Amino acid sequence: MSDSVTGSVKGTLTPVLTDNWGSERSWTLAAYEAQGGYGALRNALAMAPDDVISAVKDSGLRGRGGAGFPTGMKWSFIPQDNPKPKYLVVNADESEPGTCKDIPLMMATPHTLVEGVIISSYAIRANTAFIYIRGEVLHVIRRVQAAVAEAYAAGHLGKDIHGSGYDLDLVVHAGAGAYICGEETALLEGLEGRRGQPRLRPPFPAVAGLYASPTVINNVESIASVPSILEHGAEWFASMGTEKSKGYGIFSLSGHVTRPGQYEAPLGITLRELIDLAGGVREGHSLKFWTPGGSSTPLLTADHLDVPLDFEGVGAVGSMLGTRALQIFDETTCVVRAVLRWTEFYKHESCGKCTPCREGTWWLVQTLAALERGQGTEADLDLLLDQCDNILGRSFCALGDGATSPISSSIAHFREEYLAHLQHGGCPFDPAASTTFAAEGALA
Amino acid sequence: MTTTPEKTDVDLVSVTIDGIQVSVPKDTLVIRAAEQVGVQIPRFCDHPLLAPVGACRQCLVDVPDAGNGRGFPKPQASCTLPVAEGMVVNTQATSEVADKAQQGVMEFLLINHPLDCPVCDKGGECPLQNQAMSNGRAESRFSASGGVKRTYPKPINISAQVLLDRERCVLCARCTRFSEEIAGDPFIALIERGALQQVGIYEKEPLQSYFSGNTIQICPVGALTSAEYRFRSRPFDLVSSPSVGEHDACGSAIRVDHRRGKVMRRLAGNDPEVNEEWITDKDRFAFHYATQDDRITYPQVRDEDGSLRPASWPEAFAVAARGLRDAGPSAVLMGGRHTVEDAFAYSTFARVALGTNDIDFRARPHSAEEADFLASSVVLTGPGGGAVTYADLERAATVVLVGLEPEDEAGAIFLRLRKATKHGTRVVAVAPFRSRGLEKLGGHLIATLPGEEVAAIDGLLGHADHGVDASSVVLVGDRMASVPGALSAAAALAATSGARLAWVPRRAGDRGAVEAGCLPNLLPGGRPVADASARVDAAAAWGVDSLPDVAGRDGAAIVAALASGELGGVVIGGIDPDDTADPAATRAALAAARFVVAVELRETDVTRGADVVFPVAPVTDKAGTFVTWEGRTRPFEAVLSNPASLPDLRILAGIAEELAQLGHGSPLGFRTVPEARARMIEMGAWDGERPAAPTVSAVPAGSGEGLALATWKQMIDDGSMQDGDKHLAATARPTVARVSRAVLDAVGPTVTVTGDRGSVTLPAVVADDLADGVVWLPARSFGRGVLADVASPGSRVTVKGDPS
Repeated sequence: MSDSVTGSVKGTLTPVLTDNWGSERSWTLAAYEAQGGYGALRNALAMAPDDVISAVKDSGLRGRGGAGFPTGMKWSFIPQDNPKPKYLVVNADESEPGTCKDIPLMMATPHTLVEGVIISSYAIRANTAFIYIRGEVLHVIRRVQAAVAEAYAAGHLGKDIHGSGYDLDLVVHAGAGAYICGEETALLEGLEGRRGQPRLRPPFPAVAGLYASPTVINNVESIASVPSILEHGAEWFASMGTEKSKGYGIFSLSGHVTRPGQYEAPLGITLRELIDLAGGVREGHSLKFWTPGGSSTPLLTADHLDVPLDFEGVGAVGSMLGTRALQIFDETTCVVRAVLRWTEFYKHESCGKCTPCREGTWWLVQTLAALERGQGTEADLDLLLDQCDNILGRSFCALGDGATSPISSSIAHFREEYLAHLQHGGCPFDPAASTTFAAEGALA
Repeated sequence: MTTTPEKTDVDLVSVTIDGIQVSVPKDTLVIRAAEQVGVQIPRFCDHPLLAPVGACRQCLVDVPDAGNGRGFPKPQASCTLPVAEGMVVNTQATSEVADKAQQGVMEFLLINHPLDCPVCDKGGECPLQNQAMSNGRAESRFSASGGVKRTYPKPINISAQVLLDRERCVLCARCTRFSEEIAGDPFIALIERGALQQVGIYEKEPLQSYFSGNTIQICPVGALTSAEYRFRSRPFDLVSSPSVGEHDACGSAIRVDHRRGKVMRRLAGNDPEVNEEWITDKDRFAFHYATQDDRITYPQVRDEDGSLRPASWPEAFAVAARGLRDAGPSAVLMGGRHTVEDAFAYSTFARVALGTNDIDFRARPHSAEEADFLASSVVLTGPGGGAVTYADLERAATVVLVGLEPEDEAGAIFLRLRKATKHGTRVVAVAPFRSRGLEKLGGHLIATLPGEEVAAIDGLLGHADHGVDASSVVLVGDRMASVPGALSAAAALAATSGARLAWVPRRAGDRGAVEAGCLPNLLPGGRPVADASARVDAAAAWGVDSLPDVAGRDGAAIVAALASGELGGVVIGGIDPDDTADPAATRAALAAARFVVAVELRETDVTRGADVVFPVAPVTDKAGTFVTWEGRTRPFEAVLSNPASLPDLRILAGIAEELAQLGHGSPLGFRTVPEARARMIEMGAWDGERPAAPTVSAVPAGSGEGLALATWKQMIDDGSMQDGDKHLAATARPTVARVSRAVLDAVGPTVTVTGDRGSVTLPAVVADDLADGVVWLPARSFGRGVLADVASPGSRVTVKGDPS
């Protein structure tokens, strides 16, 4: 993990969530409280719930799961006159290829999340909260379960928390291994014991979510950011980042960089700065393309090294900030191969509910695979783009949209490379050269 | 059209679709609003009677203005989008975006579809095929680019009747949604994911539903087929004729598809007032009974050597007439399966040809109280006069079921109640145990011993939890005839509480027979026999001088009088002795009768012992009318043209004419269905005073030894009208005795139930919330049935463990 990096480069990085990752047994309650943990909770319980919402609104915190919806505004949509119970659900189903921030966070500092859950639930007046954790990461599930048990034992959870009269139960739920359950309504279906498939909206979860009751669904990092806002104040949080994208975030660098890991920095940092922090692109190689926020965000190239990594900046160059999962690919990587792998992922993970995603991904893989084998003609690129056009914005949820991003963006940036496959009669790259175990100085 | 206050109550929303402005009720979905301007948006998952899902994405349209001045950036599924004032919608007719989106989705739908239309049952009537032609491209780019389809082994059974071809499925989920939302039998579900998603069943748990056939009909591709129809014919070879279901008193609209004089299949018709678009599996699949080998195709008369020999129609008419004249006083026994026209003929025949009121359609346990109740509270009621309708079930706050198990006995009522309960209607059942049907209605059980229903009915008035009032509807089944005082109590309850009461018989012709006067106390049109002016009225309409002025014998009395010789002859049509209150007595009476004229479709014990046998037309071969339990008429025309197949009324007319030739009675005055209808209209309804409702008191339940026997017929059982489809028979529920936990624990998993007529040994299961001291048996699922083999409903039986 990046604990040797975070905190060591001052001025650019702003370790908050990652600040304690290097401390001894950072995941324990004792270690967390030794660093002032659960102090924000006491601040919050002394406030009126609406004031907590206002603080989060004022901080400018936007959802860290990818879409960037203002968190405080989402909370204020919960109809408080609705007699049904309210629920907070934490989306910890981190499954996006390249995205790897929530899982290390829950491993290293689960109490930050638990404290965030308690404060957030208090704000929206929920007495039951759920953390829906991706089922494959059993070690993380156990760690969060242990943290929740510790929090109960310490009186942070349960009845009449710290004498405030506020009750909260927190349930850690293990998913069953479906990418679609990261989609919030599919997550709710899964939580209710059904198959993970997205729900028709409206009604939106804020009105009729879990068990048809008002529900807030937030990403792990969003909720984990809440204690820092309550501890240091909304202004402190808003002082970081850019005008419309406030605060800090975890940037996950992976792939062909010297020191991959979690880099927590204000939104608006550029990839050039991040790569510098990570010790540069793999020795002897140069950047070819990268994803700003996981495989569902259109990929970018070396031309975009200075794009500010905030919601607006990345959006302006035709991609999305997403989950800040920066996958770095150097020139040894065949973009067609990379895109095919991602597309196979989407085909495997399509839930099957809607036609464009279910059938479209099935066909995309076949078309792409043929292209990678050097079969077909240039017209197949147009066919591929037309398939993407028929999926994007036509599918039931964003999974289908995401499946088209790598394809259409890679054709836009690397059309020649696709054609080279056709001319070469197969992939012109040495697949071994892109591996991390490739010999030093291996060439394409 | 006139503007009625109700119409103006609906909030209208004005939208522009393809440049045409249209006003539609608030909350209308765009896909249906578009139909109002004549644009059909292609669709698969959408179904007007199912909740929207927006899964198939075929109905995408462009919405440049959502009514708030802003448009949707992406095409929207018109099946999930309600209209908004000022909304602008462009469909495939005017929007390239919408057209391309639809073409794109269609192309995707076809990539994994086998395109085996030439061998697919649905080919020629397939929404996928049709819409691929109208909204898709002619050539497959997937195939052209060497695409590999997903394939599966063909087909798999999801029940004994329903088969699934997974390759053809477009995963619209109509079938699974129907099973869950409408039928309440969620035994099929989508499983797996992505392109491997498929309709599945839990291991060894087939689609157990009385309504499973509807999934086949609403499947927009050929993925679901029935074992009964699969590979039998092509849609373009079929002629479709509308008709009405003959299996229950619901009057469900059906569509009969036939080819060269043979019925190939039946589908649900669309009758929004009655069955909406759903029918029971019995209405759908049980039609082979009319083409069994034992169908009678020519008249027969008893020869000198004692055997039945073929006869010409004129000879048979003459022999029948002479026999009846010589037999002395004669009566009419006709079952509850006749059309109103045929029932009117039986009623007329009894009065004008035989000169008797000895006629009864009730080929089941019945009572004088019931006849009085029918005369006072049932006959002549109907939707026009404010009687309870299907729609009223949805509006009622509470629906009380007394002696009626709608899932088994009246499928369309069951489905309408399912719909009603979703809107908040509460169902309360006076029944011996919590049936699966009641469970699916989320109903409240008043666990009642057979015979003690009167107390339960009386207890409904002013009950704190489930009291009935003017917002309630009480449905009372015809089984209540065998419980003294029950119908009186129901009528009294309705009168005191203001609740609305309806009588729900089990057979399709029961209600029509009441209207036609096939009762000892009623003449056609609700004319009481006891009322002299009503008799004069009827006599005038029939053109006879007078009518018998005393009430006749009912079914049981006719049987007794035949046995004792008081009655000599009988005209019997559509009766299985084993359905009657005392099968042995009925058989003995027919044996003792001096002359028996049988009017039957198929050879039965009755025809085998008759002196003259007339073949009769099945419902496919004749026009007629069924009257629903509501009193709603549902006429139908002949489906097949079969000149040798005559309706009952023509046979009765022939006998009556011969009798008149012999100086006995008068002709009926009609020979055809149109003539009978004209005569019925001419005769009209009685506008005089109705008799008062019966006030029979309850008979104290006999204590006695053993358990009280509860019973009713399951929808799919050994009934002769289900003969000929083994796949349908295989979907019947297991034949079990239902007992309490205590009884099961005491006697074990196999029980022998013994009554005064015999005993039966069946597997036993525990019934939920079974009233103490009851055992339940299916009435017609073993041997000759409960009435013949065990005992009368409500009587005492003993339950013992399996002796082995």
